[in-house]
Amino acid sequence: MSATSPNDIAISIRNITQRFGEEGAPDSVLALDDVSLDIRKGEFVCLLGPSGCGKSTILNIVGGLFRPTSGTTLVEGRSVEGTPHTDQIAFVFQESTLFPWYTVIENFRIAMKFRGMAASEWDDRAMKALKAVGMASFARHYPDQLSVGMRQRVNMARGICVETPILLMDEPFAALDEQTRMVLGEDLSQLLAATGKTIVFVTHSLAEAVFLSDRIAVMTARPGKIKTIIDVNEAHPRSPDFMLEPRFSELRNQCYALLRDEIRATMAAQRDPAGVEA
Amino acid sequence: MDRAGAQARIIQLAIFALAAGGWYFVTAAGGVSRLLLPSPGEVGTTLLRLIQTKSFWNSVGVTFSSILQAYVIAVVGGIVAGYLVTRSKTAMGVLEPVLAGLFTIPLTLLLPLFILFFGIGPASKIAYGATYAFFPVALNTIAAFGHFDERWLRAAQSMGASRWQTFRHILLPGAFPVLVTGLRIGFVICFASVLGGETIASAVGIGHNIALSAEQMEPGRLYAWIAFVTITAVTLNLLITSIENTIVRRDRK
Ligand SMILES: Nc1ncnc2c1ncn2[C@@H]1O[C@H](COP(=O)(O)OP(=O)(O)OP(=O)(O)O)[C@@H](O)[C@H]1O
Ligand SMILES: [Mg+2]
Repeated sequence: MSATSPNDIAISIRNITQRFGEEGAPDSVLALDDVSLDIRKGEFVCLLGPSGCGKSTILNIVGGLFRPTSGTTLVEGRSVEGTPHTDQIAFVFQESTLFPWYTVIENFRIAMKFRGMAASEWDDRAMKALKAVGMASFARHYPDQLSVGMRQRVNMARGICVETPILLMDEPFAALDEQTRMVLGEDLSQLLAATGKTIVFVTHSLAEAVFLSDRIAVMTARPGKIKTIIDVNEAHPRSPDFMLEPRFSELRNQCYALLRDEIRATMAAQRDPAGVEA
Repeated sequence: MDRAGAQARIIQLAIFALAAGGWYFVTAAGGVSRLLLPSPGEVGTTLLRLIQTKSFWNSVGVTFSSILQAYVIAVVGGIVAGYLVTRSKTAMGVLEPVLAGLFTIPLTLLLPLFILFFGIGPASKIAYGATYAFFPVALNTIAAFGHFDERWLRAAQSMGASRWQTFRHILLPGAFPVLVTGLRIGFVICFASVLGGETIASAVGIGHNIALSAEQMEPGRLYAWIAFVTITAVTLNLLITSIENTIVRRDRK
């Protein structure tokens, strides 16, 4: 399982450290401390960890939105130097980041225009992705004419439409109700099986993490490190029946036990801030 | 127009009719001196006579060209200055409160200074109107570009948008509604400052004629001028609103 050739690696995170603000300054935050992680092609990896442990920071560094303080990231063997590899990576962010001044279809077009894709492809790809999430009939609506759930489905489709091999998803379902979340999770598992995409997914939901992941990277409280990696051996596409298996709850409990310690540590640190960064 | 809109329009017209009717009856009953409030008929005929004179249109020309010049200066200056301020966090921290503070000072107090510097002619009113209107334009430009939602910029960046694309497709349409608010407030202030300045100290222009008619106890002329300004203001307002609506509807729902 762990013996992989370099060619199988989609994303290689090597010794990433991220400090916000100057070291020693009162508002300086050590967000990530020497994080390393290899993600294989076609793998679904969840980052799970207490709030503020640096999950979004990892995604942003991999996505090339900024340079880490130290360490390197390779995407398909090419080093990411603070510039997005838009031909390989698409983002789906925490909040719906649809542009409210554009209609749904215009939001897709602009995403493809920014990537320099041929204008002749825009509408076909957009409609295909919208159909996949059941939102094709809302192409001419403005985002604020949609419900929060519909908006996030469109947001996800916008990430899918560019058909990059890698998808970085930062709590894409956080704003959704439990049922919609589960349905979209199944869709995502199917997409994974059908397209062989590599997905890095941040979530706070234990069930979601277990249901979707091939591997779950459980992180420590800030400064974030990878505490443990949990394997979930179950082929995609996964059916809801998987959630009924004893294995599912075992994994879920295992994640919870790991997280609980970290969350307690965070809360203790917040009560006694002096001891934190020492 | 929907039902609520139609209803509102009817009520607006009713209020207008009530005011006009009240004006008519008060003057017809002879309760108010003609010198303070002439009848609508007198004002109407005076206005009709006025608009046939050359000097009327000269005055109108002077005032509106002053407003236009002041506004162009305020808009260009306000947007450029405001945008430049937002390019630096330090500049924003220092200058935004300063500009906001200056804007709360009633600049009318400084009108005598403008007259001193720029003379009694249109130049002083242009400078005064431009200075006053500069502030809301600059402040709203800062609000629009300086407090821009980071999430949209991050999304655009992740899609590989170039600097120009980010400006054209993200910053500009995102900032537009706030920017327009500044342009609108700026226009109202410009209009009021130039006319107000003219009533206080000038040799030509609409404001000058209004002040003169009042001094010379010519209520018909006085109210005719006021009526003309009112009609113009209402027309301009309707025009601006409809332009704004078309652009906003196209760019943002
Ligand atoms: N641009 C920034 N400037 C300063 N500090 C930042 C910045 N971005 C993140 N941080 C800090 O880095 C830490 C990690 O932030 P990050 O957003 O990665 O956490 P997260 O794990 O995604 O949290 P959540 O689960 O709440 O989304 C936090 O303490 C945050 O305050
Ligand atoms: Mg986050």
